[in-house]
Amino acid sequence: MTTQTANGLVDTAARASLWLQPHRIVLIAVGLGLVASAAVFMRWDWIPAYYDLALQGIWRTIWILVVTGILGFALAVPLGLVQTTGPRWLAWPANAFCTVIRGTPLLLQLWLLYYGLGSLFPQFPWVRDSFLWPYLRQAWPYAVLALTLSVGGYVGEVMRGAFAGVPRGQLEAARAYGMHRRTVFRRIWLPQAIYSVLPTLTGEVVLLLKATPLVATITVVDIYAVASRVRQDTFIVYEPLLLLALIYLCITGIIVFAFRKLEARIPARLG
Amino acid sequence: MSNAGEESLSGAADVAAEAIHVENLHKKFGQLHVLKGVSMSARDGEVVAIIGGSGSGKSTLLRCINCLENPTSGLIRVNGEEIRLKPDGHGGSVPADRRQIERIRSRLGMVFQSFNLWSHMTLLENVIEVPVHVLGIKRDEAVANAEKLLERVGLAEKRDVYPAFLSGGQQQRGAIARALAVQPRVMLFDEPTSALDPELVGEVLKVIADLAREGRTMVLVTHEMKFARQVASHVIYLYNGLVEEEGPPEQIFGDPKSEKLKQFIRNIH
Repeated sequence: MTTQTANGLVDTAARASLWLQPHRIVLIAVGLGLVASAAVFMRWDWIPAYYDLALQGIWRTIWILVVTGILGFALAVPLGLVQTTGPRWLAWPANAFCTVIRGTPLLLQLWLLYYGLGSLFPQFPWVRDSFLWPYLRQAWPYAVLALTLSVGGYVGEVMRGAFAGVPRGQLEAARAYGMHRRTVFRRIWLPQAIYSVLPTLTGEVVLLLKATPLVATITVVDIYAVASRVRQDTFIVYEPLLLLALIYLCITGIIVFAFRKLEARIPARLG
Repeated sequence: MSNAGEESLSGAADVAAEAIHVENLHKKFGQLHVLKGVSMSARDGEVVAIIGGSGSGKSTLLRCINCLENPTSGLIRVNGEEIRLKPDGHGGSVPADRRQIERIRSRLGMVFQSFNLWSHMTLLENVIEVPVHVLGIKRDEAVANAEKLLERVGLAEKRDVYPAFLSGGQQQRGAIARALAVQPRVMLFDEPTSALDPELVGEVLKVIADLAREGRTMVLVTHEMKFARQVASHVIYLYNGLVEEEGPPEQIFGDPKSEKLKQFIRNIH
């Protein structure tokens, strides 16, 4: 037992010394130098004034990311499923939806919903009278809807491939043992499909994060909108953008880390 | 000799009850007429081996028994219960009652040529999956039983291993444990050794032979003639979608009557 621990320590020490090779030390020094000079020579005095707004912006970005990610995935699963096994009258529209969403710019979809649909609604009294009106007057529901549809379209296509890729024989075995269709889906088909595309899903979530700044164009104040506000108010251009880049990088890092953890928990490689 | 189904139902006391009864079964895949009126039966405790060349319809026949393939027409009884079929609107038929077919399937342990273990579950999880999620058995109970079954097929120490890390022979023995876990009234084997490397065939056949010896009812589609001769109590030779000849193994392999069967056996050896 003790020798094992000792070995472990030696290993870690050895690995650390291996890691700290001369060229790496130089790179680290250069990086630290850059950060230091950015801190010294650039202007950061605006930060305290925008601190609260920036936190709200980060919160809103993350909130939109999580909500549209979950809703979009919930949309993607049936979209992928009906394209794999559904009757033609369901498979065809699902396929058309994915093609349209993937084939047009997200900015265009967002504006069509916000400026198109959003400007149509007030013309109908029954819409204005409905309980949804307080929401329909705001911008964020259109942002959430547009991003959700986008995720649905892209991930729907991914899930179609994932569902199709689960070996037929395993589904047949489930059927042969009297499993109900829903049980087959829940216990065999869906888990295997998700496991097989988890690395792809990580990428989709990162792409979704980087699509969120578009919501700033329809007046939703996310972290990107805050950076723009700083520029407009103070005419400081680079510093807010650099900080913005750092923030997105951090969120990306967190996403990748979380999905790695998730992947590590998944049963070994599928046969 | 063959189709004595009706009499046995009316209750000849000295004859075991029929576990599987198939009558005048037809199966078409589009234009292809695979089964052209096959009848067969398997009594409790009997081991029925179905042999025949490729394309003779033997796998299709087995897969019709639990409606993995929907028969075009015909009658199927499992443990005396007739599977209710209804027309599918394209000249074939489908099970009329999902519940019934799911209930019947859950007590037929099927073993496939390509194992078909669920690759996202460990061996133990594979074995308890159907008991827990279909038959509604408590998890601890299912686990205890599964451990016994894995012990039996010689895979006790592999319980937490995923199928991808098992050899073909181990996977197939695991699949047999999975089939046993539902306490099947009848076990259906669909060419269980055809996908195995030659050196792994023996370990699987040994497990199947043990099951036969303890009096389990089995229907076995196989290419292993020597094995069929050893374990089967009844052999059916299918040719071109029809039962060409059937009888006890000594007769089928020792004294075949039909020319087709004689030729088939000559070619095998």
